[in-house]
Amino acid sequence: MATAVMDTKTSDTSTPYMVAGAGLLLLVVGSYWGLAYAPRETYMGDVQRIMYVHVPTAWNAMLAFTFAFGCAIASLIRGGYRWDTRLEASMEVGVVLSTLLCIQGAIWAKPTWGVWWDWDPRLTTTAVLVLAFSGIIALRSFVDDPGRRAVWSAVAAIIAYVDVPIVYFSVKWWNSLHQMQSTPETVSKAFHWPLRINAIGILLLMWGLIALRARIAALRLERQLQPPPEAA
Amino acid sequence: MLAGRNGSGKSTLLRVLATALRPDLGTARVAGLDVVHDRDEVRSRVALLDHKSQVYDVFSALENLELVARFLGDPKRDRARCMAVLEEVGLADRARGPVAEFSAGMRKRLALARVLLKAPDVALLDEPYGELDPPGFRLVDGVLDRLRRQGSTVVMATHLVDRGREHCDRALVLAAGGVEWDGAARQLPADAGIVA
Amino acid sequence: MTQALVALRKDALLQWRTRGRFVAVFVFGATALLLFSFAIGPSAGALRQHAAGFLWLALMLASTLALGDSFHGEMENRALEGLVLLPASPVALYYGKALANWAQLALLGVALVPFMVVLYDAPPGGALPLIGLILLGTAGLSFPGTLYAAMTVQVRGSQTLLPLLLFPLVVPVLLAAVSATSLVMTGDPMDQLRSWTLLLVCFDLIYASLCGLLFGRVVES
Repeated sequence: MATAVMDTKTSDTSTPYMVAGAGLLLLVVGSYWGLAYAPRETYMGDVQRIMYVHVPTAWNAMLAFTFAFGCAIASLIRGGYRWDTRLEASMEVGVVLSTLLCIQGAIWAKPTWGVWWDWDPRLTTTAVLVLAFSGIIALRSFVDDPGRRAVWSAVAAIIAYVDVPIVYFSVKWWNSLHQMQSTPETVSKAFHWPLRINAIGILLLMWGLIALRARIAALRLERQLQPPPEAA
Repeated sequence: MLAGRNGSGKSTLLRVLATALRPDLGTARVAGLDVVHDRDEVRSRVALLDHKSQVYDVFSALENLELVARFLGDPKRDRARCMAVLEEVGLADRARGPVAEFSAGMRKRLALARVLLKAPDVALLDEPYGELDPPGFRLVDGVLDRLRRQGSTVVMATHLVDRGREHCDRALVLAAGGVEWDGAARQLPADAGIVA
Repeated sequence: MTQALVALRKDALLQWRTRGRFVAVFVFGATALLLFSFAIGPSAGALRQHAAGFLWLALMLASTLALGDSFHGEMENRALEGLVLLPASPVALYYGKALANWAQLALLGVALVPFMVVLYDAPPGGALPLIGLILLGTAGLSFPGTLYAAMTVQVRGSQTLLPLLLFPLVVPVLLAAVSATSLVMTGDPMDQLRSWTLLLVCFDLIYASLCGLLFGRVVES
């Protein structure tokens, strides 16, 4: 029942580095454009510029967790460790992106509403996601047996992901109950280019990071799974 | 009979055959069935005597056996039969007290009772003589004979090579996860598995 | 499924035999309620306003003890494995345990209500709706909690891991239960109780089925 942990694609590191590098470049271009060159927004001022980074980060964070969800299902159905390493990687990257998202949200909220946290449903859901998936990452570090670790974290990831829409709606209702202000969603259409460049930039960066991180996980697993030496 | 030093893999092998452990590499077949793909079928045909007693401490011996009987779903395995099995293993007078008060030897007897109750096609016994006193040894001898007469195949891991030779037809000596010796039990050298 | 009934009977009997632990968990919950009131201070208005929140927080904290405990007896002698190998259906074993845990948590919730009423001077509102909400909310804790407890009790550091995994997941349950309980206690001018109740029912149904499906993978090696 031996399944290869690494295939030739993941063992080739040059592609992920190039992809990540391209992503980083795009991110720099898009951010500079949005943060420095794009015209000032009428009502909110310069603070609104953070949207050029915030919105792409949000898209990609959700994408990372959705990919993690897919990996979890694949890992349970197919067995082996190929999808487990990708699950580990995408969960970590997702947590990092979501944490950045929360920080960005706080940076936006303070000058705008005067408080660090405005209980925006999407942001609050993101905070819950950070905690949920951090917990799953912690679970992984407590389980020594790799087979069990793979199955359990896949189960936990599925359970956590299914919760996302439920958390979102519950926070949304809870907010409207207490009549909290809502975060404006629109970014003026005329300035969509830096947004898209950043989105693709972060996407590529994320892709490269997930691939590299999955490779590290695969290497660690291969070392752990060495079959016992042949009896004399 | 499985012989070998501690850590040679006897318990692991038994657990894999009982489908308690999933093999990472290779295949294992019990009664012609694959332990991974026909797992539930295998489970219904085998019984495992594990190091741990697999019983609930807060229940009595009788309650533990009745629980097994109910899950097995066979109406023939009713209370009378459970008591009869407890009688066989010498626990009839302690049938209703909580298992928490049992000694290690008594727990072993209860675990043996579980195996007898299931009446499996294949009995996988991990150190059946462990924790027992000389009357207990005779009890296990009796259980092994009973299983043989019932037509069950017995795979037994034990350090007591002499007793193993008496009861078993075939012997394997394991070392470091591999098979070191395989042959008729009668021809097993007396110090098998003790000397490296 | 008869196996589910056998499992339920076993878990109910297990809980009955270890009922001393229930008392301990209840005392923990009551202590938590007391500590929360100290945190707020003796302002009667504030206490009354937040009573529902504190009740559910205390219940959530106490549930981690109860849920973790529910698997100790299963693992110490590998008793659960013994049943799985019979073979007993893991799904049946899950529902037996989850339902028994649900009953225990619901009982705990109901037992804590008088404590809340006294400490926070909070009128309980309708008894029947309150019990109904306690049932719905504790189901939301029990169904995923039983699955997580089965996982975490098998690894070291289980005390920390269970709440770490469970609490983010049950945020919707907390929000819904607290909001709905507040509405029951203080009045519902805009008829929002229905939506919160619906949310709880949906959460319970989704997780009761999902966790039942996945439990098999958690108890297999």
